[in-house]
Amino acid sequence: MKRIERTNDFVVRFANVNGSGSASANNLFAKVVYRLGVPVSPKNVFPSNIQGLPTWYEVRISDKGYLGRRGGADFIIAVNGQTLRDDYDMVQPGGYFLYDSTRDLPPGFDRDDITVIDIPLTQLCNDEFSDNRMRQLMKNIIYIGAIAYLLDIGLEPVSDSITKQFAKKPKLAEPNIRALEIGYQYAEKNHSDACGLSIEPSTAVGDRILIDGNSGAALGALFAGATVVGWYPITPSTSVVEAFERFASRYRIDPETGKKNYAAIQAEDELAAIGIGIGAGWNGARAFTATSGPGISLMSEFLGLAYFTEIPVVLINVQRSGPSTGMPTRTQQSDLLACAYASHGDTRNVLLFPSDPLECFEMTADAFDLADRLQTPVIVMSDLDLGMNDHLCAPFSWDDQRRYDRGKVLSGEELDKIEKKWGRYLDIDKDGICYRTLPGAHPEKGAYTTRGTSHNEYAAYTEGSAAYERSMNRLMIKWETARRLVPMPEIDIRDKNKKLGALYFGSTAASAVEALDRLEESGIPISSMRVRAFPFQPEIFDFIAGHELVFVIEQNRDSQMEILLAGECQVAPGKMVRVTNFNGLAITARMITNQVHTALLAKEKPFISQISAVQKETS
Amino acid sequence: MSYVRPTFRHPDSQKNKLGYSRKAYEGAISTLCAGCGHDSIVSSIITAFFEMSIEPHKVVKLSGIGCSSKTPAYFLGRSHGFNSVHGRMPSVATGANMANKDLVYLGVSGDGDTASIGMGQFAHVVRRNLNMIYVVMNNGCYGLTKGQDSATADKGSKSRKGAPVSFESIDLCELAILMGADFVGRGFSGDKKQLLPMLKAAISHKGMAFVDVISPCVTFNNAPTSTKSYSWVRDHMEATSTFDFIPMQQEILTEYDHGSSIPVPLHDGSIITLHKREDKEVITNKKDAIASLEEAKVKDHILTGILYLKPDSEDFHDINQTTDTPLSQLTEKELCPGNEVLQAFNESLR
Ligand SMILES: Cc1ncc(C[n+]2csc(CCOP(=O)(O)OP(=O)(O)O)c2C)c(N)n1
Ligand code: SF4
Ligand SMILES: [Mg+2]
Repeated sequence: MKRIERTNDFVVRFANVNGSGSASANNLFAKVVYRLGVPVSPKNVFPSNIQGLPTWYEVRISDKGYLGRRGGADFIIAVNGQTLRDDYDMVQPGGYFLYDSTRDLPPGFDRDDITVIDIPLTQLCNDEFSDNRMRQLMKNIIYIGAIAYLLDIGLEPVSDSITKQFAKKPKLAEPNIRALEIGYQYAEKNHSDACGLSIEPSTAVGDRILIDGNSGAALGALFAGATVVGWYPITPSTSVVEAFERFASRYRIDPETGKKNYAAIQAEDELAAIGIGIGAGWNGARAFTATSGPGISLMSEFLGLAYFTEIPVVLINVQRSGPSTGMPTRTQQSDLLACAYASHGDTRNVLLFPSDPLECFEMTADAFDLADRLQTPVIVMSDLDLGMNDHLCAPFSWDDQRRYDRGKVLSGEELDKIEKKWGRYLDIDKDGICYRTLPGAHPEKGAYTTRGTSHNEYAAYTEGSAAYERSMNRLMIKWETARRLVPMPEIDIRDKNKKLGALYFGSTAASAVEALDRLEESGIPISSMRVRAFPFQPEIFDFIAGHELVFVIEQNRDSQMEILLAGECQVAPGKMVRVTNFNGLAITARMITNQVHTALLAKEKPFISQISAVQKETS
Repeated sequence: MSYVRPTFRHPDSQKNKLGYSRKAYEGAISTLCAGCGHDSIVSSIITAFFEMSIEPHKVVKLSGIGCSSKTPAYFLGRSHGFNSVHGRMPSVATGANMANKDLVYLGVSGDGDTASIGMGQFAHVVRRNLNMIYVVMNNGCYGLTKGQDSATADKGSKSRKGAPVSFESIDLCELAILMGADFVGRGFSGDKKQLLPMLKAAISHKGMAFVDVISPCVTFNNAPTSTKSYSWVRDHMEATSTFDFIPMQQEILTEYDHGSSIPVPLHDGSIITLHKREDKEVITNKKDAIASLEEAKVKDHILTGILYLKPDSEDFHDINQTTDTPLSQLTEKELCPGNEVLQAFNESLR
């Protein structure tokens, strides 16, 4: 057997039962690797359930900084009896399988191409701890101790992290450190030299931070001055609001009175959640809500109202697998079409596509400026993988000189200075954006009724076709203004001959970059464009037009980005090639390279006209 | 168009304390059917705000969809209005109120808008005790979509097409009391003498003030057999304890016998004087309030008046402990923690 021998470049996968406290132990492991300066990307694969079902925690360690899912696992820590067989079968040839040997492996576990590491976790734990709750928790720390030995991490980096974690309650650190030592010592004694995988301190992380996208979005909202939140719990968006409230309860308390400089309501449903955002935006506060697919469906009527009446509101959509309840704890990028044109009639909404937690922070903050400037809903399109998993990204920073762009809002004094009659929907500046007023601004001027029914330039109800057409056409002028305000795409030219291009967005970025590197190494350079917003800029049209073949890489069945591009840009038929994954787990570089290879082969054999979008995990 | 407004006004026409005439509180000309109950309610709303000398621009009007929800266009033309979507006025009002606690929020809805599509939002806005006046113009039918039964139509009563209503009717006042509203009243569009002081008291109340106003739809639901028709309501209306509303500016006149009247001070210093009927003592007791509504129903009566009142209630902002400045007026200074905090946050992750 040829053991896998690698340093700072492998995948460790923990197989646990949810509700057993494993999440914090596994997270501790990822944190330790991060603190050793080695780029790490943990992903939690969890069920829609509170206790008793299988969960996995997959940690990719990559000195080169590839942080998408790689696929496959080199080292599996199997502490879930229910999935033992699958976990065993999943280990890469030459890899390692650590299990709780308090119970023997069932018959038939007889692979000769992997190293099996037996550690009696339950036994060791029960010998040391008597309290039941403690036993459950400490069992997890014991296996962390074992891998700290097996991966050459050493005791100290882990115990330092534990001490840091329990800095405020040092008493709690003690049993953890004890459990850690038990696991470490057992492995040292019984499995010295059993493992060819190793972690060495590195400088590759640099000043980057490890954080989840939802915390980034919450901080973005906090810094951008959001004061009103209406929301309704739904995985994977809940933690956006929870994080916002946690930050706000620290940084948004009036120092003199102790009162809150914000108000958040857990509403009765998503209709109310967005209704609250719209009411607040209309009345001059910065407001947001966070939701996922089913909530988007419920918010659709209101989004059309906000589009047509021109009210700023920010919506953070942390996408998950649909349709319907779908796979509620699995990731996807499948709400593109639902959000781009959310609502009946000719509605279009501004979308932003963050690709890492830093962009979740920045784009959410920018979304408030954009919404105020454009007087329209802005939807930040995150997803479960980006939102709920920790990712490595550049540190957050804020320019203290930055001022909020509250857009075209007329104050009472300004209303007094206007000579001509003010009209809520008069396009004075010819950018499609009109001047609004807030309730209470002026005793006699500037009042109007906002209505979802057709209205003329002075906000009066009308069923006149001409006025209706004027307002709908002006909204398209505003859309053109939006096109120039939203973040530009990021272009990377690798193919000087302009033959092949690839286009992707959001959390697909990490795997896409890795795949493009691999392809380039194998002699297939592909230039790329990371789309960061909708409406699409001319640069996007040009990129597509300027390449012979453009791979559109995304995480949904129907290639929604490709459909959106085809509808919004002039694209020659056959030019865009779909590269997709929709299995609920983040797309891997391998999936991308495989589909690209297949597509290129098919080009030479024209009878293979369509590449199958159905992708099996290839390892 | 239900009425033609006189264009000539006497120069001495009455002005309120702010120096505004009633005209400053009017809106666009109504486009409702002539005789529609909703128009009478509009007129009482105008009078209430005018007589209370409330600055029109400090009032925010919100509504859902329906004939009733169109009415905000017909009053308070100097106030901002928001005609939102069907059944969702409460959430928009919630957001608006969260943004700026210093304005007066008046929500107008219909029985379809509130008792059917908007039932959830109605229940929850009441439960939050949002500081607003919530008026339902209740005609027992869907006016705007041409007369279908609404959920407040009485079971057994004949609807527009002649068939008796087969399902239980929803009493919005009872629901409001159960959901925690601290001011619940019921009026009749045709009885301005009662409606006007009730609206004034609702405006003075802090927290949710819910007012259900029976408002006949002359086009689709005014047959004498309908419990929401002019004639039926006039014949079957029973007023609970009568009351006077004394705005805070006025001195309390004790011209009533002690023992039969209770003055109830509202948070802004106004007083409602309730004249107790010998046999009943409702108003400030939830259980009795609901019992008297039910008793009246057994007698085929519609109980009107202030049905329940708890004057010292905590509104949403009290509960939330929102800062005194309206949230919409806070700036970077109060809202943005700044880069130093962010750098410390980065560090805490390392
Ligand atoms: C989502 C949605 N469904 C249906 C309608 C159609 N609709 C408009 S008004 C109305 C009923 C209004 O009834 P009510 O609230 O009692 O008002 P009224 O006209 O009786 O005053 C309906 C069903 C709509 N506007 N929106
Ligand atoms: S249809 Fe009925 S509710 Fe609507 S305006 Fe006419 S009378 Fe009023
Ligand atoms: Mg009605």
